[in-house]
Amino acid sequence: MATIQSIANENEPHPDVALVERVKTGDISAYDELVRKYDRQIFRIAQHITQNREDAEDVMQDAFLKAYEKIDQFQGNSKFYTWLVRIAVNESLMRLRKRRTGKMVSIDEDIETDEGSVPRDLADWAPDPEQNYTQAELADILRKTIQGLPPGFRVVFVLRDVDGLSTEETAESLGLSVPAVKSRLLRARLQLRERLARYFKRKKVPREKGVKSDVH
Amino acid sequence: MTCTEFLAMLDDMIDNTVSREMRADLQEHLQGCEHCEVTLNTTRKTIEIYRSHEIYEMPTTLRDRLHKAIMERCKKGC
Repeated sequence: MATIQSIANENEPHPDVALVERVKTGDISAYDELVRKYDRQIFRIAQHITQNREDAEDVMQDAFLKAYEKIDQFQGNSKFYTWLVRIAVNESLMRLRKRRTGKMVSIDEDIETDEGSVPRDLADWAPDPEQNYTQAELADILRKTIQGLPPGFRVVFVLRDVDGLSTEETAESLGLSVPAVKSRLLRARLQLRERLARYFKRKKVPREKGVKSDVH
Repeated sequence: MTCTEFLAMLDDMIDNTVSREMRADLQEHLQGCEHCEVTLNTTRKTIEIYRSHEIYEMPTTLRDRLHKAIMERCKKGC
């Protein structure tokens, strides 16, 4: 189904197209703009895959350097960002392999799990449950929760739901089929929901017996 | 519609990619199924929370350092 975004893209070229053309003619300031535009997202993706700050820093540098080296190979069939993400995902997986001393690591790993495919925790959540935690506590909960997912689920969720790529762009960035992205996205969303429920669900009203209460 | 059928359409419902007829069927199921309503609302909330909270913030000093390193190497032809 065509989205509003894709319709808009058909009518006018993406602003990155002009920047990439300038880079190809040797205009380094155009590349500077591209780096500033996407560095946060690339860093975030690298963190989610490697789960290591130093690795994420290295991945970010290497991905941007590799993209610069290969810019002539970028044909413009996809968005520059999608192409860049693909490079960053591959660099991240290479880092993971190094850490795991050569063990094969792929985004297909650890997906044979039924966890979260059927919702089990059906208690409703408190209204605005995140407000029961400080920013630091909340960030910690969100990090711990997503880190528990298999890498192949994490990265699909981040690209699709946090970064806002389309299903097709996510598939292209990861070298996966569209049905594979869809199936992982559903399971990632449900697993995260299930795991967050333990922090966010509506607290049961404590029984009065033996429970001190501030309410008089 | 069963809960399993509803669940199979959950992502399409969240991403707003269902036909009007299908949406009506899904809404009808929701009217009578508290469990699916909770699943839908809390899954939406899950996405919203992750979207609105940056959990891997890149401090400005780190950003500047990495940016400088990248551009210096690009200028040298990598």
